[in-house]
Order: sequence, then C-alpha cells, then structure tokens
Amino acid sequence: MAPGHGPVDSLEMGSDGKRAESSAAEIVFRGVTKRYPGRSAAAVDNLSLRIPAGEICVLVGPSGGGKTTAMKMVNRLIEITEGDILMDGQSVRSLEVIELRRRIGYVIQHVGLFPHMSIADNIATVPRLLGWSKARIHARVRELLELVGLDPVHDPDRYPRQLSGGQQQRVGLARAMAADPAVMLMDEPFGALDPITRERLQQEFLRLHAEIRKTVIFVTHDIDEAIKMGDRIAILREGGILAQYDTPDAILANPADEFVARFVGADRSLKRLSLKRLSDIELLAVPNGDNSTYPTVAASTTLRDALALMLEEGSRELAVVDEGKVRGLCSVEHVAALLAPERQQQE
Amino acid sequence: MIITALAASTPPVIPNYGGPPGGKHGCIAQNGTFCWDWVKGHWGDILQPRLLEHLELTAIAVGIGFAIAFAAALLAHRKRWFETPFGAFSAFLYTIPSLALFQLLVPFTGLTMLTIEIGLVGYTLLILFRNILAGLRGVPEEVLEAAQGMGLTRLQVLLRVELPLALPAISAGIRIAVVTTISLATVAAYITPLGLGQPIFNGLQTDFTTEFVATGALAVALAICADSALVAAQWAFTPWVRARRAT
Repeated sequence: MAPGHGPVDSLEMGSDGKRAESSAAEIVFRGVTKRYPGRSAAAVDNLSLRIPAGEICVLVGPSGGGKTTAMKMVNRLIEITEGDILMDGQSVRSLEVIELRRRIGYVIQHVGLFPHMSIADNIATVPRLLGWSKARIHARVRELLELVGLDPVHDPDRYPRQLSGGQQQRVGLARAMAADPAVMLMDEPFGALDPITRERLQQEFLRLHAEIRKTVIFVTHDIDEAIKMGDRIAILREGGILAQYDTPDAILANPADEFVARFVGADRSLKRLSLKRLSDIELLAVPNGDNSTYPTVAASTTLRDALALMLEEGSRELAVVDEGKVRGLCSVEHVAALLAPERQQQE
Repeated sequence: MIITALAASTPPVIPNYGGPPGGKHGCIAQNGTFCWDWVKGHWGDILQPRLLEHLELTAIAVGIGFAIAFAAALLAHRKRWFETPFGAFSAFLYTIPSLALFQLLVPFTGLTMLTIEIGLVGYTLLILFRNILAGLRGVPEEVLEAAQGMGLTRLQVLLRVELPLALPAISAGIRIAVVTTISLATVAAYITPLGLGQPIFNGLQTDFTTEFVATGALAVALAICADSALVAAQWAFTPWVRARRAT
C-alpha cells in the first residue's frame, strides 16, 4: 500500500521534523457563522476568537451551543456560511479540503478506529496517505505507542476490539498525532470512558501536551473537564453565541454574566482553588521554626484538596512539604485571602 | 409423475452406453437402484464434463450478477433514491418461476447458453444487491467520521474502510447466490443440454435411477464444496473478525 522507498522519500525523511521540532499553528475564528438551510436561527453566530499556537482551547456549553459545529468548521467537515477561520494566517477555505484534514489531527468521542486494521495500521493511516517510507512509519508507530502509554512490542499487531475503551482512545490519540499535525481537534474525547479511566487519560493528555505543544481545540459539555484541560475556555450559549472567552481562572473569578455564572456553578470559588497548587503560592513562615504540630501536605497538592485536608484534620494550618523539607505554612485565612479580590468585586 | 407413468407403459429402457461394465449379470444389466459401475464407467464421458459445465454456468452467472449488483449497490449507497427501484426490480425477477423465465427468454435469445445465463444472473441480483448494500451501510458512523476527518478521499474511504468492513456481509451474499445458482442451474438443461441438469433429465426419462441419483448427489456435493471454499476464503480475508475481544 505504501509507496516504495524512493530517493525523494529518503530526502524528505532527512529534512522533515522529529517530534521535538513539531510545530503548532495559531487559529483565528473571524466572525464565523453557520446557518443551516431552512433554519432561521444560526448554529454558530458570529464567533470570533484567537487561539495562540500551542494552547488548549476548550469549547464548552450546553447542547445546542454549537461547540461541535464550531470545531468541525476548522477541518471543514462542516462548511462555513460566513466569516473565516485562519490557520497561521491562512484561510482554511483556501486550502484543498483533503490536504487540510491531513494536517489536522482529529479525535472523536467514539474513537472510530478501523476495526479491520491492526493498531499499527490504524496509526499509520495518515502517514501512508502522505507516502512516508515503511521504515519511517514503523519507527513513528513505535514512538507514538510509547508516547500514549501502550506496549510498542505487543500492541501493534492487535485489533481494536482486543483493547479496552481507554486503550482504544489512546490509539485514537496516537493516530491523530501520527503525521505530526499542527492542530488537533478533539470532540469529547474522554466522554465515553468510565470516571477513573477518564481522569487518568485527562492527566496523561495534559502531560503529553506539555511535551508536544500542539494547538488543541477541545469540545466538552463538562465544565469541570473544561477547567482542568483548558489554557483558555470559550463558553458558548444556545444559538452559538460566545458568552465568554478567557482563562479558567479569569472566568471563575469574573463570570461575564448570569448565564456564565450559572454554567460554571455556585462552587466556582472552590473550582478556582483546584487550579492552584500549594507550590504556586507564597507560604507563611513557620512560627518559632517548630513544625511538628501541623499536619503535613505535599507541595503538589491543589489548594482545594489542601482545604479539604484542613477540614478533615480539624487544623487551621498545614505544613507544606517539598522534597522532604517543610517549606512553610498554609492557613485557612491564607487560602480565603486568595479569593478575596473576587469577593470585593461582587460587593 | 407423468414421466414415470409414461415410462411404465412402455417396455423398460435400460441404457446400454456401449456395453455395461459389470457384464450381463452386473448391476446395470439388472437395472439395480444404484450402480457404482455406471458412475465409474461414465465419470469421464458424462459426469465430469457436465460437472465442469455446471461450474462454468454458476461462475459466469454469479460473476456477472455480482458485477451488476455491486455497481447497483454502490450507486444506492451514494444515492438513496436508487435503492427502491433496483430493489423492486430484482425482487420482481426473483419471484418469476424459473422455468417460466427461461421459456419467456427463448423467443429472444433462443435455446442457448445466453438464455440460461440471463435467467441465472437475474436470480442472483436480489441476494447480492441486498447483502452488499447492507454491508456498506453497516459500517459504523464513527468509523466513517474518523476516516473523513483524517483526510481520506471518498474513493479511499470506499476501498480502505467500507469495502473491507462490508466483506463478511458481501461474502454471505455470495455464498447464498452460489448455492442457489448451483441448484437452479440444473433446471437450465430444460433449454439447452448443459450442466448437471442434462444427465438428471436423461435419467428421469428412463427407468434407470443411477444416472439422476448420481448426478443429483454430485450437484449437492458441488454446492457444499463451493460453500466451504467461500467460508475458507472469508476466514482468510477477515482476520479481525476472529480476533478475541478484550475482557
């Protein structure tokens, strides 16, 4: 199936990037509108936002908010009615649609692995379409399997149905990243998984993203997932109208309106606390240098979990430990003070 | 029944194809119910040539029938409106009694192999069309979405995704078509002396039972062998179907 190892191919191999040099593209939505024929209301209404290269932008909102529609206009699975989407300044409408899609990784909720192809063949789909050499594809498949935490020795020859749901979505991720796309579109990628697998894959994807730094557009209806995954969150309301676009912290601190405040939930202060870790904040000095009376907590703990621990232990202070040494104290008042600016604004 | 009644009224005809093997007092001379001697003696000049003809009739009919049904199913897969007219047309062909259909064709195409093949092809269309279309439509939506999203062209989606995944359903259709055609093709000897139908008709016109029993058994054996070969082919081409599920 794959074209042979011609001299052109080997030249390409030398000049083409490895993972470390992988690129990411900036995505700009410019007044993008989608109207379906026969329907008066727009599915996506004049959406404008800029996603910096290498960031994860989560599109979140209730159903009917047009988040999936907005995402699918990037790889033109849905055509734009008005406006434009730019990938590194180039309009997606100006590109040939097949070529455009091969440059964009695509991950969907139900994975959609090809059941008749081995794991290796699934991952190799786009590289084969692009005419990579066999040796290069083989190496890439192994590299990707390792990257997504699968066994590069035993897993390549297995079929998708032989894997669990979580493993299948790992393969889905590997397949989407195979040709080193500048952009990845992920449509509720962890939505069909059980909570434990979901949590683990979310963590691993964040770790992976820190390594590969792709521009990611991530669709979910779950605000907690949005807060966890997103560098930025775009909240869309019914009718495909952008309600707010900002960092998770900014949205939780200052919801733009009643709709956003309700959508992020009454516990948004607690959610904000889960965005920060003890290592991110300034700690108090330990009085008299005696820390033996405080319960200890790891510096990598989120403020939310630290607060829970204080309540559990019945202690107003915790000793924060990093690399075996006590770094300082964290108190209830201290945590509350971090949320204070928000409280003042509200009053 | 009429044939046996007629046969009973006339003196018994014991075929003597160049002197029976087994001699004067052998099975054939005595008109035994089933004579191995006859089977052995006429394998070369009757049974084997007719068997090969039968195989040819079947292969041509299923081959052409598949080509037509495949093209029609692809069209119906892309253009939904096409399914109803072609489905109705092939179902109509399927309902015509076979002897009547052959007889209807004779004024146009004569007592030829063409007449037989047109009839046989007609009977394969419904089975093949329905199975191929069901196979193509059975490809999961998310698999198609992923394929499209990854930048496969329509042709690539068809060749690399839809057709391989439709293979089990297509092969089930071919199996039914082959077995029914093998059975149906025996009737074709009514029009022109081709295939295993011919010794069966011959045998029915005489008192001698071995000829049609042996030929009938051969037709059944052919159907079983062809079906087994197709099962084996499908097994070889669809390794993913038998991969054990994750526990």
